[in-house]
Amino acid sequence: MLTYTLKRLLMAIPTLWIVITLSFFLMRIAPGGPFDGERKLPPEIEANLMAAYHLDESLPMQYLRYMGNLLQGDFGPSFKYKDFSVTELIAQGFPVSLELGFWAILLALLIGLPLGVIAAIRRNSAVDYAVMGTALAGIAVPNFVIAPILALVFGVLLAWLPAGGWNGGAWQNMVLPVIALAIQQIAYLARMMRASMIEVLGSHFIRTARAKGLSETKVILHHALRPALLPVLSYLGPAIAGIITGSVVIEQIFGIPGIGRYFVQAALNRDYTLVMGTVVFYGALIVLLNLVVDLLYSALDPQIRYDD
Amino acid sequence: MPMTTDSTPYSGKNLPAGSPNPPDRPVPVAGESLGREAWRRLKQNKAAMASLWLLMAITLACLVGPYLLPWGLAEVDWNAFNVPPTLEGDHYLGTDANGRDLLARTLHGGRVSLSVALVATLVSLVIGVLYGAIAGYLGGRTDNLMMRFVDIMYSLPFMFLVILLMVVFGRNILLIYAAIGAVEWLDMARIVRGQTLALKRREFVEAAHALGVSDRAIVMRHMIPNAIGPVIVYVTLTVPKVILLESFLSFLGLGVQEPLTSWGVLISEGSDMMESAPWMLLVPSVFLALTLFCLNFLGDGLRDALDPRTR
Amino acid sequence: MLLTRRALLGVLTLSSSLVALPGYAQTLDLGVMGELASFDASQVSGGVWESQILMDVYEGLVKKAPDGELLPGMATDWEVSEDGKTYTFTMREDARWSDGEPVTAEDFVFGWKNMLDPANASKYAYMLYPVVNAEAVNTGDKPLEALGVKSLDDGRTFEVTLNSPTPYFMQLLTHYTAYPAPRHTAEEYGDSWVKLDHIATNGAFTPTEWVSQSRITAVRNPEYYEADQVTLDRVNYHTTEDRNAGISRFRAGELDILRDYPSSRYQWLKENLPEATHMAPYLGSYYYVLNHREGRPTADKRVREALNLAARRDVISKQIMAGTFLPSQSFVPKGTDNYDVQTMELGDDMDARMAKARKLLEDAGYGPDNPLTLQLRYNTSDEHKKIAVAMAAMWRPLGVNVEMVNSEATVHYQTIAEGDFDVARAGWIADYNDAENFLTLLKSGVGNNYGAYSNPEYDQLLDEAATTQDAEEREKLLEQAEQLAMDDYALVPLLYYVSRNLVNPELTGWQDNVSDDHPSRWIGFEE
Repeated sequence: MLTYTLKRLLMAIPTLWIVITLSFFLMRIAPGGPFDGERKLPPEIEANLMAAYHLDESLPMQYLRYMGNLLQGDFGPSFKYKDFSVTELIAQGFPVSLELGFWAILLALLIGLPLGVIAAIRRNSAVDYAVMGTALAGIAVPNFVIAPILALVFGVLLAWLPAGGWNGGAWQNMVLPVIALAIQQIAYLARMMRASMIEVLGSHFIRTARAKGLSETKVILHHALRPALLPVLSYLGPAIAGIITGSVVIEQIFGIPGIGRYFVQAALNRDYTLVMGTVVFYGALIVLLNLVVDLLYSALDPQIRYDD
Repeated sequence: MPMTTDSTPYSGKNLPAGSPNPPDRPVPVAGESLGREAWRRLKQNKAAMASLWLLMAITLACLVGPYLLPWGLAEVDWNAFNVPPTLEGDHYLGTDANGRDLLARTLHGGRVSLSVALVATLVSLVIGVLYGAIAGYLGGRTDNLMMRFVDIMYSLPFMFLVILLMVVFGRNILLIYAAIGAVEWLDMARIVRGQTLALKRREFVEAAHALGVSDRAIVMRHMIPNAIGPVIVYVTLTVPKVILLESFLSFLGLGVQEPLTSWGVLISEGSDMMESAPWMLLVPSVFLALTLFCLNFLGDGLRDALDPRTR
Repeated sequence: MLLTRRALLGVLTLSSSLVALPGYAQTLDLGVMGELASFDASQVSGGVWESQILMDVYEGLVKKAPDGELLPGMATDWEVSEDGKTYTFTMREDARWSDGEPVTAEDFVFGWKNMLDPANASKYAYMLYPVVNAEAVNTGDKPLEALGVKSLDDGRTFEVTLNSPTPYFMQLLTHYTAYPAPRHTAEEYGDSWVKLDHIATNGAFTPTEWVSQSRITAVRNPEYYEADQVTLDRVNYHTTEDRNAGISRFRAGELDILRDYPSSRYQWLKENLPEATHMAPYLGSYYYVLNHREGRPTADKRVREALNLAARRDVISKQIMAGTFLPSQSFVPKGTDNYDVQTMELGDDMDARMAKARKLLEDAGYGPDNPLTLQLRYNTSDEHKKIAVAMAAMWRPLGVNVEMVNSEATVHYQTIAEGDFDVARAGWIADYNDAENFLTLLKSGVGNNYGAYSNPEYDQLLDEAATTQDAEEREKLLEQAEQLAMDDYALVPLLYYVSRNLVNPELTGWQDNVSDDHPSRWIGFEE
């Protein structure tokens, strides 16, 4: 298993290299530069800026310079937030996104999975429709609508919780953003769990288990749940990567210092170094999470070892 | 110790529900019987059928409705800014901040949202199905390389790609379609590849091989039709995803160009006014929510109907 | 009323939870619309929120009173030579950095050189170009030492020499480009002097904490010469990019001041939070650039006049923007010091205006067979969109097809700088209170002259004004220039900006003013 893990990690290096190279050149194709803004800068000032950030060099030269720095672990300074390096920005923002994302995923699993199981057992009944209908409401309303409604109702009108701000990660400040983040995931997980549960419940070995006279609860908990979780697990890998890297909507509306906004803003601001930083970080995270999912997968599914 | 079902490390990842498990028995090559059987079963599912009718009604309203309304898409009523819904005048669902009829804009917006979803899904379908089927069928080194590319695409932050595509190609609506589709095909490719890998080892494919049927014909006639069930299900998942993505892009201000509009644009405009002019949020939201509801129920219904094992 | 009370309640709970200080501690929670780029004034990106934070922690030779008037700051006194080119400032004796070191003329010399050093690539360095050799230093043609600033009498006197008399020079000194920089810490720590561990500031507050993208905290600077008159103990600057979310936070009592709100919410705010909702004239001009480049339909004066005639500014101001912009027919905003704005003569009778506009377009060769098609570009924003939609609808009755193109600011400004447009949205907020700041934008060859308007007579009037010492004569020259541009229909002046703020009614020391500068030094809660 260790050799397998190492092999996978080694294989990630060329993947990341291509990702970095691709992003580097893609970013430069986009019109506009990091210093185009509301006001046209006098040419001499623009020249100073280009020189200071080595943008006056040829593109291949810039690429080599960037890769050289990257190999030394230097992501460079942000073009926009000048008192911070890209590393500092990600190091400061990621723990926040991670914490928020962790609670959101936990909440989504705790609510979404049971809902899906219940709906699957009572398939096509009123219960099923009610459960799925409610869960679907989470998908049907964009989160840039849900988040301000939550802030308005619980922050302003009822005044139970803060309407925004992070406040060092106090739980009060976390409740609304976590809910806003989780709602969509609850809906996805419930749907997925329902579908895969239905599939498992229709399979041979469950019929055998039932035939043996096991109680329905036992059948579901001991036999059906584990295989039904497999597709959910595959979904969770990339989904977790998406959630713990933050959400620009939630962060902007609740004023949360996560990294989600960098993925969008850095690209819109043409903050080249920050864009590259987020790309490298995200790519590495995906590689890591996929590995974890595969390892978990083999732990959950004994069949995998017999195959081939 | 081999960790995965096949020799490559790609299987089993990122597949949505209901798709990765190989079918229990070979499904006869897509014939009328399969379609008819599925349709019969779908008809028994009340939620799915109701969704289907409602979806058709919404589509029809968006297509025909704008011709029947007194106000056009870009027409400004200089005497009616921010008017709430009323039965007295002819702005039945009110007007927006620029004095434009909200019902007309919502129906026009529906055209854009629905067609963005449809075209983007089709683009992702075509690329994904072909790519996945070829990779899965050819296998070996080619498969490895092709899936490597998918992995690379996965490792790029999705938003970064979409924003970049929008910025590079401007806000042309056709390019929005293509851009979203071009990013959405990855899941599809994986699903189809998984199905193909499983099918490849079945007797009927081996038989076709033995009879000297060309690779191309096997992929087109056997692989793709047999993978169609999970693909259709996945399509019903992709359409809502695309509609929501479009609305998110509108929230970022990257939506379609005026005077065109979409549900996403309308909702994003309305969400700023939810306290003072709630109808501006409610009207497009109801249309969007209904559509997404229907698509989801229809998707579930289709999955059940197409799955040979479920009754 | 209810909301106000709840807001107050929120303030109490929040400040007590944040600050474990005795009961008299006063904390101001200020919602600013973006993230500060740097505490090094030479690295700032130009957002108005940045000048708010920097003016609280730094102080130039002069500072601003609550009403925006100039007061002595780091300099207690100054003299101007007879030719108007040399300014001699007497430095304040008891001025200190937050680490106790005295602020001297050396710090100003250092700060200004820091601003103009080409290696620092400061975006706003050109603000100091009136100073002798500033431009040459900034382009690297001359060494830093050549800059026309001097520290005399062991740093007790600061002397500046200008290229030519510059009537608005004192106004320039309140801008952050003219702040001092702490020479002693820069020598000690090098480039990292700006990091919060090392930073020394000379303003009423000094920063202590920075949670990137969320909050900057500054506390009262005990070394500040008027520290005993500063009411607030600390200021939290909350990055509030979503302005609607900012309103929610204000209503929940989490913010005491919100430095902007969306125009679409003005009516609601006025009705529901009347005491907190502030709106005041602001020195800013919102206009549509017309492309004068050859081959563009807008190069034809008749077309430009027609477009101006059909624009109903009052409808945009009142109906579309709910009163949060004021209608304008001049380029320089009303309220500019020592200046009477010159307006376009368009008439009041809308029917007559439309008839005239149609005639003009016809004369210019446009009609049903040859309709005029214009590309209107604007940068992404809800307000710009609404205005563009309204303008398109106003021009349509003239038979004009308007193709609207919306892009993010980066692309928008790059495209229009390259001249690829017919009509484009632009706006200008005064850097300093002087008409010249606006009128320069129409001078030939200036980067911000996006429409490439070029009138030798206009250029000559501005050049003449630049060297005229007599204030009245200079005013007359500038007014003539604006009138010339208006008669040429050089652009479509649309609206004057207004400042919009939500201010907790319990606060004292807030005064609306045309520059919308509100140093926290003057603000406090009623005891």
